[in-house]
Amino acid sequence: MFQKTFTWLDERLGLKTIYDTVLDRKVPKVNWWFTLGSASLFLFLLQGITGIMLTVYYIPSPDHAYDSIQYIMTGVSYGWLIRGIHHWGSSLMVITVFCHMLRTYFFGAYKYPREFTWVTGVFLLLLTLGMGFTGYLLPWNQRAYWATTVATSIAGTVPFLGNFINQVLRGGMDLSAVTLARFFSVHIWWFPAMIGALIGVHMYMVIRLGISSVPKEDD
Amino acid sequence: MPKSPQMSRREFVGIVTAAVGSVMGALVGIPAIGYLIAPALNKEAADVWIPAGPVENYPIGIPTLFNFNRTKVNGWEKTVNSYGAYIIRSEDGSILALSNKCTHLSCRVNWKPEESAYRCPCHDAYFDIDGQIISGPQPRPLDPYETKVEENILFLHYLGS
Repeated sequence: MFQKTFTWLDERLGLKTIYDTVLDRKVPKVNWWFTLGSASLFLFLLQGITGIMLTVYYIPSPDHAYDSIQYIMTGVSYGWLIRGIHHWGSSLMVITVFCHMLRTYFFGAYKYPREFTWVTGVFLLLLTLGMGFTGYLLPWNQRAYWATTVATSIAGTVPFLGNFINQVLRGGMDLSAVTLARFFSVHIWWFPAMIGALIGVHMYMVIRLGISSVPKEDD
Repeated sequence: MPKSPQMSRREFVGIVTAAVGSVMGALVGIPAIGYLIAPALNKEAADVWIPAGPVENYPIGIPTLFNFNRTKVNGWEKTVNSYGAYIIRSEDGSILALSNKCTHLSCRVNWKPEESAYRCPCHDAYFDIDGQIISGPQPRPLDPYETKVEENILFLHYLGS
């Protein structure tokens, strides 16, 4: 029965081909450092799922942001767990993506023909840091407020354009409801969409080119 | 390669992956369901007996207004609602408590002694002293509160809305 259903679907969708191409690839003998990319992808999906869960209760407004998170932490079953995973997962994702970058660098995996994979990876790392930056404001507590005040002020020290960049980030002269709303928008729509698209390109190239092997002495 | 009677390494890894994946899925999935439906399971103890003071505060035969507030908590939001009841004590000791909320569109009715009726200011609904309909657009008599007297204190039974 299962076999028949699968065959029927496979004829129409090419599931076996997808599986063979994506998962059943030939790979060189490598080590555990080569799992960091998969780990980063897993963490991105985990952050996505827990993030979607958090938006069920979170309100990005100075009147409600803090209270709605207090409600998630104390009033909703397993709210502490969902938010905890999202909170700790974010730090873990930054670390994992960063280590993935270091591995690629030190193993020389960015070289021909994988230069473009590296370039998309650079943007993925920057976007991951951007997710951390925008997400940090959302709890709207003292730490979030002042950290963002300081960080946007740092952006304001850029020569000539600094003041303008600062005001674009804040959506005005001061940190306000506008800042919270745009950080929220960037955190849940703009950056995830860009990361998702870039992961698509990144993985297309990994599948197309295969992964590099561990460099040998004479490399 | 002849097929070995033992499980192949590939089969073993497949089964272990599926098993670990299922456990992880359940560990995340079950709390996730609880998380999503939690507000629906929060039961507020809504019904409560509201103390309305000593029975003597309410003169015999004259509808006297008693007001009280109830706070509702939804998530992180609190809403305070006010309620009013006309208390009518009769000669024989029985007590009638009528909600002052008009049964038409929930405006507050007022006792008009000169007309011996409760009148709703919004659409001229008239109720007699027992809350029965005299005239107007209202669909039913005024809603009564259940009452009880304990140690000479009057209580109204508030049902939660």
